[in-house]
Amino acid sequence: MRVVEKRQLLSAQEIDRTLQRVAHEIVEKSGGAKDLAFIGVRRRGVPLSQRLARAVKGFAHVDVPVGTLDITLYRDDLSTVGPQPVVQSTDIDFTVDDRDLVIVDDVLYTGRTIRAAMNGLFDLGRPKRIRLCVLIDRGHRELPVEASFIGSTVQTSDTEIVEVRLQEIDGEERVMLIDRIP
Amino acid sequence: MLQRLQHMLDIESLTVEQISFILDQSKPFQEFQRHPLKKLATLRGKTVAVAFFEASTRTRISFTTAASRLGADTMNLQAESSSLKKGESLIDTVRTLEAMRPDGIVMRHSSSGAAAFVAQRIDVPVLNAGDGTHEHPTQALLDALTIRDRKQKLDGWNVTILGDILHSRVARSNIHLLSKFGARITLCGPAMWIPRELESLAPGLRRTARIEEALDGADVIIVLRTQTERLHEPPLAAGEYILEYQLTAERLRLAPSDALVMHPGPMIRGLEIDPAVADGPQCAVLEQVTNGLAVRMALLYHLIGGAPVDAPHPAKERSNAAD
Repeated sequence: MRVVEKRQLLSAQEIDRTLQRVAHEIVEKSGGAKDLAFIGVRRRGVPLSQRLARAVKGFAHVDVPVGTLDITLYRDDLSTVGPQPVVQSTDIDFTVDDRDLVIVDDVLYTGRTIRAAMNGLFDLGRPKRIRLCVLIDRGHRELPVEASFIGSTVQTSDTEIVEVRLQEIDGEERVMLIDRIP
Repeated sequence: MLQRLQHMLDIESLTVEQISFILDQSKPFQEFQRHPLKKLATLRGKTVAVAFFEASTRTRISFTTAASRLGADTMNLQAESSSLKKGESLIDTVRTLEAMRPDGIVMRHSSSGAAAFVAQRIDVPVLNAGDGTHEHPTQALLDALTIRDRKQKLDGWNVTILGDILHSRVARSNIHLLSKFGARITLCGPAMWIPRELESLAPGLRRTARIEEALDGADVIIVLRTQTERLHEPPLAAGEYILEYQLTAERLRLAPSDALVMHPGPMIRGLEIDPAVADGPQCAVLEQVTNGLAVRMALLYHLIGGAPVDAPHPAKERSNAAD
């Protein structure tokens, strides 16, 4: 099994412009930012949610609380993740009850991660609303999950991987389309 | 890469990396105890056999709660109602349990080595909840987590263990764990309970029969339960024990003011520990209990959750689902 970089989907500037645009969309479609909170799904959803909050602060001058969610304990595929599925902390220091939540993740694919994220959030309380924001929607849903805010939609095949690289985690900034060749 | 945990039988065989990994993995489960809904589906459909061949309330409840909060079911075997009393051997009892196909076995037994004996003979992860006077690994782990949280690090502390060390599996597990992290350990109690042979457990172990000497400079003080059944044997009676070895508020002042006091429980107030100390700010017994749940959840999660030991590790492939 070889891994081959096929092409770049988003450059650093394109990522930034996309996030700015999406941040505006979120505020527009949230009636201002009252009760709004972002929940970044570990790992790459976390820096994305923080950047969105900073963007909103910049143009709307509102502080949107940001929480971090680790979905490892809520996965439906624990036995296939590997012999030692490491769990990290969920860190949400505000109440989830009656909040207008936006889950933030890098790539939307089968939808299972988001299903797990919603389970995790419901363990913490009863949100008023949950919507989803992703940088890339790559199709191939296996569950009825949809994103309200999408950076970019990409057609992909089953063997391909969309790899989002962010400065905070990967030390570089770009989105790549990768193929796995047997 | 960290070697996958298959059983949790003792601290002696664990590396510093493995212990640190377990403590790190306990942190999300500490936080989980504060969720309004303390129920995960992570181990849903899994069964944990909780086989206590020795009476226990606290440890047994802690393990069954840990399993339930992870979503697993438990099979509860207790000594009083056990077929062991009817003459069945340990291995037959365990094989019977195995035939009901549990996904993990938590066991406590009055014989040292019982957990390892079972682990070698059946094909299911085994968690030692205390075997004879040998080890009680989850107690040492939760104690370590408590020390690390309260004192910001685990390395290099002066640790005093006070009481009946000879008969204590808690003491042995703690000695193994803390010495791996560079602790300077002092054992203190009546001479017949701290025989010289204990010095071979870890390098640099100190023994003293004088509590004042043991408390001087102690950063962490672990007070052991006085097994009152032994206090009627000459030459030490309960009254004498209290006079010479009770951790009183006054004696605690001989130690640094930020010394941490721990006790594996159950405490006998007024015997090995002064109630004022037990209820004081330096005493972390309630945190120990909460940390016990977190550590046991983390261990059950890692031993029973995840792929089978011989499955290929897909971590090298980045897929969009694995983040």
